[in-house]
Amino acid sequence: MIWETNIQTSTASKSLLHVLSSNKVAKDNLVLVSTGRSIYAVSSIDGVISWRKDFTLDDLEIKQVIQSPENDIVSVVGVAGSSKLALYQLNAKSGEIVKDAQESLPGGLCGETVLGSHDVLIALDQTRSAIFVIEFKGLSLSYNKVRVSNFVQDLSGTVKLLPLMSNGIIALQSSCTVYLLKLKGMDGLEVIHSFDRPAAVSDALAITEKDEAFAVVQHVGSQIEFIVKVTSDLSNEVIREKVDIDQHRGSVQKVFLNNYVRTDKSHGFRALIVMEDHSILLVQQGAVVWSREDGLASIVDVMASELPVEKEGVSVANVEHNLFEWLKGHMLKLKGTLMLASADELAAIQSLRLRSSEKNKMTRDHNGFRKLLIILTKAGKVMALHTGDGRIIWSNFLPFLRASKSGEISSALRIYQWQVPHHRVMRENPSILVVGRSGGDSVSPGVLSILDSYSGEELNSQRFDHSVAQIIPLILKDSSEQRLHLIVDSNSLAHLYPRSPDALKSFIHERSNLYFYSVDIQENAIRGYSLQKSCDLNLEDEYCFSTKELWSIVFPSDAERIAISETRKLNEVVHTQAKISADQDVMYKYVSKNLVFVATVSPKAAGEIGSAAPEEASLVAYLIDAVTGRILHRVTHHGAQGPVHAVVSENWVVYHYFNLRAHRFEIAVIEIYDQSRADNKDVMKLILGKHNLSAPITSYSRPDVTVKSQSYFFTHSVKAMAVTQTAKGITSKQLLIGTIGDQVLALDKRFLDPRRSLNPTQQEKEEGIIPLTDSLPIIPQSYVTHSLQVEALRGIVAIPAKLESTTLVFTYGVDLFYTRLAPSRTYDSLTDEFSYALLLITIAALVAALVVTWVWSEKKELRDKWR
Amino acid sequence: MLLLCVVLIAASGKGFGLPAKTSNTKVILNGGQKVTFARPDGYFAFHNVPAGTHLIEVSSLGYFFSPVRVDISARNPGHIQAALTENRRVLNELVLEPLKEEQYYEIREPFNVMSLLKSPMGLMVGFMVLMVFVMPKMMENIDPEEIKQAQEQMRNSPVPSFSGLLARANS
Repeated sequence: MIWETNIQTSTASKSLLHVLSSNKVAKDNLVLVSTGRSIYAVSSIDGVISWRKDFTLDDLEIKQVIQSPENDIVSVVGVAGSSKLALYQLNAKSGEIVKDAQESLPGGLCGETVLGSHDVLIALDQTRSAIFVIEFKGLSLSYNKVRVSNFVQDLSGTVKLLPLMSNGIIALQSSCTVYLLKLKGMDGLEVIHSFDRPAAVSDALAITEKDEAFAVVQHVGSQIEFIVKVTSDLSNEVIREKVDIDQHRGSVQKVFLNNYVRTDKSHGFRALIVMEDHSILLVQQGAVVWSREDGLASIVDVMASELPVEKEGVSVANVEHNLFEWLKGHMLKLKGTLMLASADELAAIQSLRLRSSEKNKMTRDHNGFRKLLIILTKAGKVMALHTGDGRIIWSNFLPFLRASKSGEISSALRIYQWQVPHHRVMRENPSILVVGRSGGDSVSPGVLSILDSYSGEELNSQRFDHSVAQIIPLILKDSSEQRLHLIVDSNSLAHLYPRSPDALKSFIHERSNLYFYSVDIQENAIRGYSLQKSCDLNLEDEYCFSTKELWSIVFPSDAERIAISETRKLNEVVHTQAKISADQDVMYKYVSKNLVFVATVSPKAAGEIGSAAPEEASLVAYLIDAVTGRILHRVTHHGAQGPVHAVVSENWVVYHYFNLRAHRFEIAVIEIYDQSRADNKDVMKLILGKHNLSAPITSYSRPDVTVKSQSYFFTHSVKAMAVTQTAKGITSKQLLIGTIGDQVLALDKRFLDPRRSLNPTQQEKEEGIIPLTDSLPIIPQSYVTHSLQVEALRGIVAIPAKLESTTLVFTYGVDLFYTRLAPSRTYDSLTDEFSYALLLITIAALVAALVVTWVWSEKKELRDKWR
Repeated sequence: MLLLCVVLIAASGKGFGLPAKTSNTKVILNGGQKVTFARPDGYFAFHNVPAGTHLIEVSSLGYFFSPVRVDISARNPGHIQAALTENRRVLNELVLEPLKEEQYYEIREPFNVMSLLKSPMGLMVGFMVLMVFVMPKMMENIDPEEIKQAQEQMRNSPVPSFSGLLARANS
């Protein structure tokens, strides 16, 4: 960074940048920054503000800054109010006003303006159906109002101006067409071309002194057409190329033109095209040179899916194809070993090695390390990444999530496992459920799509007639192993999916045991619901159920605002129900799926750090049972404020917040134990069968719990927090903390044990309790990202592998990061460093020694017998 | 309120395979409220910071920086107090220095013969080898007549050996 200049803006208005061009190279060029009714000139060398000008006209918003080609005069065009146009001419060196003029326009302006040529401004009127052509010559402002329908036939709806900066050519966009218009003096405009949408027009690019080129990209069937035109000769096209593109990219959104000089001194053009799924393509000479999936930078949800099981028996065609590939591969490798291979061939060898390596295979492995990460992006694209090397296995741009022509914006919400066929009946592939919303607001109807998780094909899609407020995956399954999902709409009606009589039957059976809760941030309340028989609606819909509010906790808005609510992961496995301390004492964990952690902060401390004083800030942590609404535990941290990050697992909660008194971040832990089962320690009772171990744990009865808690200082701010998950839950846990430096720190749960004390006894030391310290240690070696950073880190997902010791960690932000972790080392498998050669050598040496000594003893025995 | 900070990041350049570049350093105000970068000379600035108590964090790969608590006085403008939160050291001038370098990789221990011998298996093997070579030497030192005596004693009270039993069963 060379310099940074801060410009104080009074109003929240759009700011413009304009770089004054100067013919002299290496001279100090001024950068004009205009916001609201002020304009600043900033030196491009050291960032010093050389002059500033505030215009006196009220509500002025500067729309254009125009540099006249001859002299050092800058024209500034602004719109004041809704209909007043103002023109100022300034001296570029000093910022003094040379001339100014104002004009009122009838009909008002909508605010969209574009420069027609160096002295003509085009503005849209308020109804977006007429165009003002405004000419400013010297001081005089003259204008002409032209109705768009005069020169565009069969126009429907309103139009939008596209920013195409070119001499005398403007681009207009209506609901289904893009028009290119030529300016003909003051009188009017003429349509040169029209393109059906979706089409995109690039900015003009100066190629010679006079000529400017611009590009248009439109869809033709399954291809896209790339057209380049030069402004001096509009009837001809410099380039018209058809390019094949992947069908899962949607429509063209933006195009950027770039030129290069060919060897024969003619101009060649290449274009960067931004597609609807946020991918970028570079098109040159009728082909896509490279493409990038930039949609991966905006991940909405992640899910892991198993790979297919390795099948025995390969078809003949497959073998023949493989044989040729095999021969080719071996020829390449031979070349490589003989040092004859070129750089390209070496790269090919490398990729062959990578592809054939164990971790990149497309089949399920014994340890469950190879998986597919199924990713839903903000644009509505679903992609499957291989955990071996992160390559995209399939991608599907869901049609229902694409913005329709009417401009309706869809949004992708969540992704769930839909069907996992039992591994003995592998006739069908597993499938996933994608839920979205066909509109921006929360009451717009929802949509769902079911995809095959091996191929990405859409198996089924459905448009709901209700909205989506909450999606509850149930643990129930129907006979075809489809998982039942309950979708609650904004009217608090629950809808059951899949819609099959079989699913309904199993659901009705369990209905009375189903409870759910919702957190309403707006109303600052948590509510618990049960399900009633059926909807009260007139239409007969047996898959729709009404809900009944059972309990509600409304927090006082003047003292507490909900900051975060967190529950345990649905698929988490708890191995041991009890914790045995060194003195043979047993503590029973209170393991409940219905435990909800809620943190509230005082409204004054809801903002950023530094905005509240310690006296007025407080944070309250609640542990709530989601079935009964009973508050199991409540603790207040005075002088603490958000942002709060929390993780709930087994019987504990860990949360991160800011302590204003100490001015440091803190991590607190709460462990919750079941006191009602604590009496079971008595051996006599166990023998006589008077224990209550076999009694079901239920939320209906009042739990008798004890709580232990402790808090520690933590150095960094936290961006995301998660906990490792393993297949059986035996392995000890690590907290995964995404720090402000975009790294992921793995912190042993042992450091967050409320039983830590300053001087642990010998017994406690044997148990592995670490002496209490006021802050948590940050050991650089325990960063799982090592010396890498996950830029703009947003989320951490832990997925259990089949091997108990191992957990798979996927971290996403703008970058993606995937690794394998073993929180208590790989105790159930040999490490990669294990020397198999040494083992084999030892065995061989032992066998040899055995043979030699056997021969010796035989000989000795024979000699003894002859004696 | 304007806050101007002076920083010289004392990056010694000895980082573990990580070039110390000021361009890789982010300076973060209040947990992400504002982010800025250090200029080549090491200075950085936050603008429009209101009076109050704030927190500055530095994120630089390979170095551990302590967050800094900055108090901006409302009464006398321009008066700023700063202290490291990790060790509560008050900074006289606002110069941020890394507390320590961070090494993200464990150094693999090189192969060592001594470490192999020191392991329990190595000790056992060593003892066995010792016995194999030392025991015959010890036998040599014993008086040959004593051996004869011992052998005679053995003959007088024959221990039924397993091979002998087998031979008897066969006959």
